[in-house]
Amino acid sequence: MPLLMPVLLAGLLFCIGVYGVLARRNAILVLMSVELMLNAVNINLVAFDVWLRDELLAGQVFTLFVITIAAAEVGLGLAIVLLVFRNRATSSLDEMTELREDAA
Amino acid sequence: MSSTATVLAAATDTGTGEAVTFWVLGPLAVLAALGMLASKKAVHSALLLALTMLSLAVLYLAQDAPFLGVVQVVVYTGAVMMLFLFVLMLVGVDSADSLVETLRGQRVAAVLGAVGFGALLVFALGDAVVTNEGLDQANSEGNVEGLANLIFARYVFAFEVTSALLITAAIGAMVLAHRERHLPKITQRDLSVQRFRGGQYPAPLPSPGVYARHNAVDTPALLPDGTPADASVSRVLAARGDVRSIPEQASTTAIERAAPRREDDGS
Repeated sequence: MPLLMPVLLAGLLFCIGVYGVLARRNAILVLMSVELMLNAVNINLVAFDVWLRDELLAGQVFTLFVITIAAAEVGLGLAIVLLVFRNRATSSLDEMTELREDAA
Repeated sequence: MSSTATVLAAATDTGTGEAVTFWVLGPLAVLAALGMLASKKAVHSALLLALTMLSLAVLYLAQDAPFLGVVQVVVYTGAVMMLFLFVLMLVGVDSADSLVETLRGQRVAAVLGAVGFGALLVFALGDAVVTNEGLDQANSEGNVEGLANLIFARYVFAFEVTSALLITAAIGAMVLAHRERHLPKITQRDLSVQRFRGGQYPAPLPSPGVYARHNAVDTPALLPDGTPADASVSRVLAARGDVRSIPEQASTTAIERAAPRREDDGS
């Protein structure tokens, strides 16, 4: 299988993730889009690891680290979302405007 | 550009099985991701993202990375997505997201960014250095052993740092989500005192009426004086309007009892 296909898949998924981060307003959905982007990066790492026939398996090890960090990030992010929801009774990013500058 | 294409097309010697797997699962992953973007309900988004991650896990399995495939299933679909669903349930399952854009030109900008990213990827790959060391050599003792040799020898410091990061994240999440108790905990004795001193009806609620021809749950019981006991029907049924009223009940049964013979004659 050419390398193009996994890379294309990763690019598509990453772009979908970027769009989700930019377009969705629910904080949880934004976090899920971030997860999608991390997964796209993981596809790239694994595909290149296979393609380069890396003796060190560096791509796979890095993928493991990315997965670990993603898990940590999700734990903290969701805790923050819960905290915001408890204080504001909303998880919509558009309604969290406390720190916004006043429009000049 | 043509050199880019040839470099990209330089195939790894994989069988048709992997290609078939890819062509089935790749579009599935992309479609599920698109569905995640398009679906209004947050739970549907989460489940579609779980589908994406599952298909990616199978792709890893097909690409000589069985350990990663298993980790992807266990960590992503098992832990992370279920954590997402858990928080969705806490925040409110019906939290629908409006898909109407408020920023002008945002979609155009997002599409431009997507195309630009793809082009960057393709052109950057043209410069990729091709070395052919043996993945088979790395996997000679098995994928898991090869990864373990790396993690616990070459990358052991990064591994330890990662574990510290995980512990920090776990403690941070606990600290963030912890709620300080300001009032003393209500004991069972307090509850019982509240129940009897509150002036409310202390006993269990009466059960609904049981009638031979009707589902008893939606029919209130009759008090000794013949009036229906409203408390005997579930509040949910009452809110839905599914409760049969007793007068109607009584009259229909009375009519049926009085006139079965006449109906038969009519037909």
